[in-house]
Amino acid sequence: MIWIVAFVVFIMLAAAIAVLLLDNMVAAVVATSVVSLALTIIFALLRAPDVAMTEAAIGAGLSSLILAIGLKRLGYWKISDAKGEKND
Amino acid sequence: MTKFASLLFIAGLAFFLMVVTGLLPLGNSPMLIGNAILDSAKEQVGAANVVTSVVLAYRGLDTLGELSILFAAASAVGLLLTKSSFNKPSKNPTNTEESDSGFVAINGIDLIFPLLLVVGMYIISHGHLTPGGGFQGGVVLAIAFAMRSIVRPRGKSIDHGVVTFIEAFAGLSFIVIGLVALYTQGHFLQPMLDQGHFGSLWSAGTIPLLYLAVGLKVGAELAGLILALNTDEVNI
Repeated sequence: MIWIVAFVVFIMLAAAIAVLLLDNMVAAVVATSVVSLALTIIFALLRAPDVAMTEAAIGAGLSSLILAIGLKRLGYWKISDAKGEKND
Repeated sequence: MTKFASLLFIAGLAFFLMVVTGLLPLGNSPMLIGNAILDSAKEQVGAANVVTSVVLAYRGLDTLGELSILFAAASAVGLLLTKSSFNKPSKNPTNTEESDSGFVAINGIDLIFPLLLVVGMYIISHGHLTPGGGFQGGVVLAIAFAMRSIVRPRGKSIDHGVVTFIEAFAGLSFIVIGLVALYTQGHFLQPMLDQGHFGSLWSAGTIPLLYLAVGLKVGAELAGLILALNTDEVNI
């Protein structure tokens, strides 16, 4: 149990650091969603299924959707990693 | 520098959480109200999911506060976005940059849309029996409608008037149920009606009605919010 939680926490921290270090904005949004999914697993392991469902629906689904819409409105929605094209 | 500061902040937060976790007496809970609710929730409320009986019966007023916070946030987003569309010169419905998504995205969303609706309604209607409830199911419903309008930006989206009517009706019915309970039972949002057979779908009195109102309100509000964000000053 403790090793599963440690592994999930490791994934969560790695995804959270990846959000800061990734150059591609779309990949950063996906990494944010990975943080919430790992947190969902921890909530489910701690026997809080209600909180886990809320985290999966709002943290992984809705907030990623709103961040993606924000990227689209600001013009940063680029799937291919073209550095220097938009960074002026 | 910003990245370094952020990493330093994350490290500090992790250390803080580690210290707090080390100090907590895990396993033996000191809470008294929680144990009292666990003992008496089955007879007093009749919902198989104790979390639901706390959210809607013991702490129903807090749920009303959460609904009003959501309402304030959605109103603020709508206010800001419609204000920005006032100083646009004219509406251009033929936006060339906004085109429909590809074949796979459109047909995949069309395939998954009824399944998402069924899952959302199941989570809402079984909120008093299984984990989940109005908030989670409402978010699933909102995501279903929002994804459908995102893959077709120029297609016909759901009417804002209908969304506003559903939202207002659901919020009003939540408050009316609470006031009827205040009049007949003496406490705001006290569980009413027959509790039914414990654990069946038609049980726990007014709890499923309240959760249906919460789910419809949350779903309509978030769907309207995402649609307002996604319309991109075309037809707000």
